[in-house]
This record gives sequence, C-alpha cells and structure tokens, in this order.
Amino acid sequence: MAHDHDHADHDHDHSHPASELSPMELRVRALESVLVEKGYVDPAALDALIETYETKVGPHNGARVVARAWVDPAFRAHLMADATAAMRELGIGGRGGEHMVVVANTPEEHNLVVCTLCSCYPWPVLGLPPVWYKSPPYRSRAVIEPRAVLAEFGVTLPADQRIRVWDSTAELRYMVLPMRPAGTEGLDEAALAALVTRDAMIGTGLPRTPERNA
Amino acid sequence: MNGGQDLGGMHGFGPVAPEADEPRFHAPWEKRVFGLAMAMGFTGTWNLDASRAAREALPPGEYLTSSYYAIWFKALARQAEAHGLATADELASGTVSTPALPVKRVLRGEAVAPLFAGGFPSDRPVATPARFAPGERVRARRINPAGHTRLPRYVRGQVGTVEAVHGGFVFPDTNANLAGEAPQWLYTVRFAGRDLWGDAAEAGHAVSVNAFESYLDPVDPEPAA
Repeated sequence: MAHDHDHADHDHDHSHPASELSPMELRVRALESVLVEKGYVDPAALDALIETYETKVGPHNGARVVARAWVDPAFRAHLMADATAAMRELGIGGRGGEHMVVVANTPEEHNLVVCTLCSCYPWPVLGLPPVWYKSPPYRSRAVIEPRAVLAEFGVTLPADQRIRVWDSTAELRYMVLPMRPAGTEGLDEAALAALVTRDAMIGTGLPRTPERNA
Repeated sequence: MNGGQDLGGMHGFGPVAPEADEPRFHAPWEKRVFGLAMAMGFTGTWNLDASRAAREALPPGEYLTSSYYAIWFKALARQAEAHGLATADELASGTVSTPALPVKRVLRGEAVAPLFAGGFPSDRPVATPARFAPGERVRARRINPAGHTRLPRYVRGQVGTVEAVHGGFVFPDTNANLAGEAPQWLYTVRFAGRDLWGDAAEAGHAVSVNAFESYLDPVDPEPAA
C-alpha cells in the first residue's frame, strides 16, 4: 500500500500524470507492462477480448433464443433437451457457455439463477454479469430468501407459484426461459425479442408486456 | 475452502443494489484486468479452477471489501508471482528485470474470436458408471477442505434428490491444485427449502446445486413400516 500512496499522494514525474491515475490504475498498468513485455500476453489479444465482451456479447443473444423458443415448438424442445446444441443453431455459444441448461418458467414454478461461490453466468447469451449479480447481497440471499430478493426487483409472484433457485456450482450455465407474455400473439420474432429483458433470463425479472414496451 | 466466497445464506449484506446504467466496467483498469486474466489463463500455466481458488484464498475480510475486478487483480498478480512469471519487484515497478519463463501457449489477437466463440469445454469421459440415478436421495457430505471445493456450505450434510446426471466433468477440487482433471460424474441435486433453512424457509422454495459424485453419499430408502 505504501507504493500506492506514493503515487496517489504526490505528483511524481511519470509519463502519465500520476495525479490523474488511481492506485489501482497504476498497479494494473505495471502488471500489464510486465506480462506484455515478457511475451505472455499479446496486446492485440487484450484489445480483442475487451472489445468482444464489452460490445459484442450481450443479452440480445439470449433474447433471440427466447423469442425463437416462443414461436418454434421444435426449437423449444431442442433447447430444453440440449440447450448448448440448440443455441449453436443460432450461432450462439462459446466461453462461459460451453454447457448450457435452460430452465423454463411455468405458472407453477419460477426459476432464479445465482452463483453463490463466485460469478458463474452464461456469457454467450447474457454477456458479462452486472455488478449486483457478482456482489454479496445477491449471492448470499438468493438461496435463502428468493421472494424477498425478487420483491426488491419489483417482482411479486403469486403465492402458489413455487420458486426454484439454481446455484451454478459447476460448469453448467443456466438461462431462464420466461413465459411468453399475454397479448403477444401477433408479434414477430424480432418484436418478441425486444420484450425479453436480461433480468427475465436470470429470473430476477419478467418480460415486458407489449403495452409497457410501446 | 470455508472462505469469504461461500456466501449462500449469509445475512447482513443489505439490499441488492442494481446500478442505473450498469456499465460492464467501472474504470479502464477493470477492462485490462479482465483481458489479462483471460489471456493469462490461456497460457496454460494454471486453469480456471486454480484462478477461482486464488481469488477465494484472499482473507475473508479482504475478499468481502474488495471490488470484483480488484479480487481478480490480486489473484492474478499472486498467481503470476507464485509461478515465477513475474517478481514482486517487477509487479511493483512495471519494469522487467528477470528473464521470461516459457509458457505453453500465447493467445494471439486474431485467435480470440474463433477460440472464445468455440469455448473451452470441461466435460470429460468417465470410465465407471454413474453411482446415482435421477430420483435417488443423496446426502451432501460434511466436507470442510482447506483447499478449493465447489460444494457450498449451506448444503453440506443435507439430503436432496438427484434430478439429473450430466456426464463426466473436470473435478475442480484437484484441478485447482494442478493435481489433474480427475473427472467425475456431475449431478443436479435438488434440496427443499425447509431442509436447508428450517422454519425460515419461504413457502414453495427449492434450491439445486451441481454436485460432483464424491460430494455425495447414498441415503438408504426409509424402511417399510
């Protein structure tokens, strides 16, 4: 920590003005410099990784999967039987989603996904997880008081709808298939996908209704 | 390990607090740490389970008060140093003063898209038949390993029902120590909320975990009355 304070507290003569960089920024720059200079890390790979997971992979992928499942019973059946292969049909898959499992909400049972031990999350369909998903409040409480957690997300389920919590303790990655909202009979797949929120695919939310989406 | 990462069922962390705009990264350094962790993982010097073990080896007080990518950073720096890839002086100064060690692979920029779209599966063949079948009742073992494990404390000693048999997967408890993949059968085991939490359980609540075969013991069927 003394090292950090040296940088944070004084404006030394660095190539980057230290007063503008946090201690963590400086420490990470040092680590990156060493790993790159020693040849372990290709800077172009770093840029590609960041670009991929900052801009390309996200919940729009999962929404496509859900919308397809809502309109295509054969796809839905495939998705429930072998989610990894079914998603591959849509060109979706990869790191953090090698072994996908889809769990479908029903009027009798609502599904909620958590990783109490770290931050396991289905990257190819949802992207990188939001901070709350990785943070102690959600990780500690989802398994012991899911209804209270859902209430904080504004979701109140019928008292007789069971809640099933899936703790992602191995390399299986879960995505919730929400129920198709009422009043969406005339919508095409793209319009349906626009109703599917990220939280609906974690189980902390429900899909939008066409009225609320308009 | 019974560390700061094993959070299921704990109290006192307050409400879940989604951010209004939910940025994927909150500072430039977080992106770099993310990319560095992915790229260094690819070198094959360690594996995903070892990285998880390094993160949860932070003392609980530090783990629980560090931001997510700060935990990643601390673990990555510790791993690089432990494996001789960088010295403490180098990490403090950012200046290289020792020769590089050979690594198995280096992730090149043009390989990121195909490799990460393909993924890195962790299913493996297991020679022996699965010990448990769907519908069977099993008890999660009361294990308390000081090293890495993926059996959360809140299910240890509890009885649940096998719901699915997923095939063989890399066993994290050995893989994290670089002691081999030692694949085992992986199951989904469902626990009733009341069995885990007693009277505090919400109505109609069940929790399932994915459990490796060596985490589980058979439960004899109840004798006929």
